[in-house]
Amino acid sequence: MNDRYSRQILFSPIGQEGQEKLAEKHVLMIGAGALGTGNAEILVRSGVGKITIVDRDYVEWSNLQRQQLYTESDANNRMPKVIAAKSRLEEINQDVQIEAKIIDVTPLEMGQLIDGVDLIIDATDNFDIRLIINDISQKYRIPWIYGAVVASYGISYTILPNETPCLHCLLQQVPMGGMTCDTAGVISPVVQMVVAHQSAEALKILTDNQEALRKRLISFDLWTNQQASIDVSTFKNTSCLSCGEAPTYPHLSYESQTKTAVLCGRDTVQIRPTSAGKRDLQTIAARLSNTGKVEQNSFLLSFTSEPHRLVMFHDGRVLVHGTSDVTEAKSLYYRYFG
Amino acid sequence: MKLLVNGNHLQVPSNVFTIADVITHFFKHDPIVIVEHNGIILEKNNHPKQIVADGDKIELVEFVGGG
Ligand SMILES: [Zn+2]
Repeated sequence: MNDRYSRQILFSPIGQEGQEKLAEKHVLMIGAGALGTGNAEILVRSGVGKITIVDRDYVEWSNLQRQQLYTESDANNRMPKVIAAKSRLEEINQDVQIEAKIIDVTPLEMGQLIDGVDLIIDATDNFDIRLIINDISQKYRIPWIYGAVVASYGISYTILPNETPCLHCLLQQVPMGGMTCDTAGVISPVVQMVVAHQSAEALKILTDNQEALRKRLISFDLWTNQQASIDVSTFKNTSCLSCGEAPTYPHLSYESQTKTAVLCGRDTVQIRPTSAGKRDLQTIAARLSNTGKVEQNSFLLSFTSEPHRLVMFHDGRVLVHGTSDVTEAKSLYYRYFG
Repeated sequence: MKLLVNGNHLQVPSNVFTIADVITHFFKHDPIVIVEHNGIILEKNNHPKQIVADGDKIELVEFVGGG
């Protein structure tokens, strides 16, 4: 026995009892990008019992500026993120059980991953998967912590089944994409700020200090020096299809999934998004103009970032050229269209 | 007119009358945003009806998806 956790045990709201509780808890981390690596490192150092980390991507050079578990050799070797993360996390604390899953999460997989999990941390990069997490959280009564960043802006909210409004209640609509870290950029300090909020809330939940939870939606911009904190409890909607009195968990159904199809012999994957509605191609073109070559006609927008070309139609349908790998295509889709 | 937006005193142009105008003024795109106006949370369908006045305190939280 060493004194690895002594400073955390000295912190009286956690104490020896909290430390022992933490060692029995299992956290599901969806995403191993900036938020995922930051949260995972803190929880592993803190001595959580087990973490399952899920991600579909491999490490790239553009990740190293903010994704703290990865190295140049991971980028050179195109290591799957969860494999690189697991190996680094095991160096940090061999007592924590780390499970790495290289998958593109769908409701089916979520249903299997959720077994025995005490808390889900959102470290994803799109709302489609967050709405799946939200429904799974409600269905299995497991809390989850929303966190997101873009540019110098961050936001977080802790969702407790039966107590707080859910993400569905807060959004009141299904987002049709927006700015992403690949179009508007992102700075590392705002990642760390969101990670700090998410992991502090996680420690409170995992050590049974629920009364200390923040209970407010917060956002901040570390560049324009703005911050907001809102009590959103009035948004809890008793007729919400995810958390209301008669839930149907709409985002777990087949109809609401992002549909993909490989177009045979064309090295192209078609993606049909979950959110219906006409896309404003003009706005999307402006957003992408700094990132690659954008061409447009009255029917579609074509965006090239070698070796890939993505074509979006007004109905939101996207053709990803230059790959026949569905997972890679979805990854590119969310990267550029959000 | 001056508004206290997310803790900062900001000047807005004279064509800003409602919360919906405030949102249009501060965002280039059409955001998913939760608004608190002088301590009261607004339903989305009230954004175009809610009139703002000099010195009002507004909290704007935009939902973003990056990570
Ligand atoms: Zn709800």
